[in-house]
Amino acid sequence: MSLLLRYREAILALIIALMVTGISLYAPPFGTLSNGVGVLNDTAFLFMMALAQMIVILTRGIDLSVAANLALTGMLTGMFNMVFPDLPALIYVALALAIGGGLGLINGSLIAFLRIPPIVVTLGTLAIFRGTIVVVDGGSQVNTSDMSSTFAGFPKLELFGLSSVFWIAAIVAVLAWFFLGQTRSGRGLYAVGGNPVAARYCGISLPYQQMLAYGISGAVAGMSGYLWVARYGVAYVEIASGYELTVIAACVIGGVSIGGGVGTVAGTLLGALFIGVIVNALPVMQVSPFWQMAISGAVILAAVIINARAEGRALKLILPEARRAAAQAKR
Amino acid sequence: MSDHSTTSSPSRYTVADRAPRKLSAFLLRWESILVMMLAAVIIGNTLKSPYFLDPFNLADATYNFSEKAIMALIMALLILVREIDLSVAAIVALSSLAIGYMGEAGYGLVPLIATGLAVGLVCGAFNGFLVTRSGVPSIVITIGTMSLYRGIAQVSLGDQALTTYPQRYLDLGQSYLFDWPPTPLSFFLFLVLAICFAVFLHKTSAGRQLFAIGANPVAARFSGIRVDRIRLILFTLSGLLAGLGAVLLTARIGVMRPNIALGWELDIITMVILGGVAISGGVGTIGGVVLAVFVLGLATFGLSLMNVPGIVINVLLGLLLIISIAAPIIIRGQSGRR
Repeated sequence: MSLLLRYREAILALIIALMVTGISLYAPPFGTLSNGVGVLNDTAFLFMMALAQMIVILTRGIDLSVAANLALTGMLTGMFNMVFPDLPALIYVALALAIGGGLGLINGSLIAFLRIPPIVVTLGTLAIFRGTIVVVDGGSQVNTSDMSSTFAGFPKLELFGLSSVFWIAAIVAVLAWFFLGQTRSGRGLYAVGGNPVAARYCGISLPYQQMLAYGISGAVAGMSGYLWVARYGVAYVEIASGYELTVIAACVIGGVSIGGGVGTVAGTLLGALFIGVIVNALPVMQVSPFWQMAISGAVILAAVIINARAEGRALKLILPEARRAAAQAKR
Repeated sequence: MSDHSTTSSPSRYTVADRAPRKLSAFLLRWESILVMMLAAVIIGNTLKSPYFLDPFNLADATYNFSEKAIMALIMALLILVREIDLSVAAIVALSSLAIGYMGEAGYGLVPLIATGLAVGLVCGAFNGFLVTRSGVPSIVITIGTMSLYRGIAQVSLGDQALTTYPQRYLDLGQSYLFDWPPTPLSFFLFLVLAICFAVFLHKTSAGRQLFAIGANPVAARFSGIRVDRIRLILFTLSGLLAGLGAVLLTARIGVMRPNIALGWELDIITMVILGGVAISGGVGTIGGVVLAVFVLGLATFGLSLMNVPGIVINVLLGLLLIISIAAPIIIRGQSGRR
């Protein structure tokens, strides 16, 4: 069973491969290269948002406000574009990163300095961010016709058939891998999540790591907001409503522990890909899209329970907490 | 806070039964702050609108929060023992689906209610079973079951709606239980359940056990408290009350769509947290939750009387949540810096 844990990512990849093969046999159009490219393009948002969420969950936190941040930043950059059209696209990206990062730092400072539990803070800011959209735009929409060509065209640029959104997600993934594995601050995220007391004694600052995590989460959500609005050609209050739970689900399927300190870039990407494959396979298999929610729910339950079984076997401890602690210690 | 033991006691080593009463401590108690907030909401709204204090208006206002408030009572107990149930709104959807199908099939009042409650009970028990058997944190399990339950409702119904209910059932949600003072059934049930929960939590040893579990589950287990059994019961009860919420809500609106009660879990958790239940467990009172229900419900009602759009009300309630949690932390931080 420890084998299963060690090769968790490999097994998840294997399951996805089997799934893709099975679906392709059932519905041959799914197996084509162009469809594969389509799945990757479609899942690009989930890839980067899940990575950002993983960084937060590593610190024992959670960020429920990402989808609201995405919608608000998307709306603000859309409105900025109406005032300043035809600037280079990278300016819009930078603006979205800054707005989103700023919103993330609001979360971060409430959590790091006032020590309010992350779920409380981000539950509050979820409502605040989403409602602010109506306050700033008065309940109207930003449509494709309002967007300049540089603004709307950027997410539709392609390289090797893959959209620029996918390549940005790829850059985010490489940066996340480097940051989490190779830098002091990145390792610090694992340290404060794995054992906050020990991390403190090692001189790792919890407030700094939290500000960093929520800032990154907000910045990625904000950038996704610009890309989302430009790609789908509309900004209004309800975009990406409820998306935060899909993002968290991708992390959970990818093996990120809600208890903090455990999670890998590869696992999270595979978790997101898993959801992406299901979402894209349903229409191809002519299954009602209404099945998507039920299936991803069942998959989350199966994934976490198999995972917990693997951790908990051979230990007869009284409580789940103790079981989890023992499993963590064994690693 | 440690300077109070020196006052004129004969022995240096006198141990008081309880901490001495201090006005500042009393005023900084969470319930006191909530009472002040409630007073502010009522006075502000009364000054703003002549229609606010009308008994019939107030009775109708309770419709908008009573179902959520009933579910908030059990959510408070779950959060008290360090658990959470994000699937409650999805259970409402699934129960309401079952009620809707029974209604279409032509069953009467009692089978409809029984079905709604039974579906809720089973869903809740399934949550509890998974949480206690797998050892996976309940936030993860209930995110999964939330998708599962609402997904089943979506699969069964697609974009259709169920609208056939017997009139006696619809009367449950659309008429008053008493005519004076005008009291809807849902609000009456909330008050009765709130009293039951308060007595259970604060006056029985089983209630004290919940605080013990919330403060330290491992120590509670070694003290002989059946932690997992209590968790299982609480999750089952959470499902049952979500089923009750579904019975009341479906009767009130008379139509079932798969997006029924969407997002309610976050509203309910907001009620509980504003009520002073600590998300880290072991702290909280039913009185606080009831006060928070009234603060949120009456603030929403007052703002909508002033024609504030619903989503702006959400912003204000979000700010209220964060400020009301942050303010005492800042005040305490100023007075007692370490």
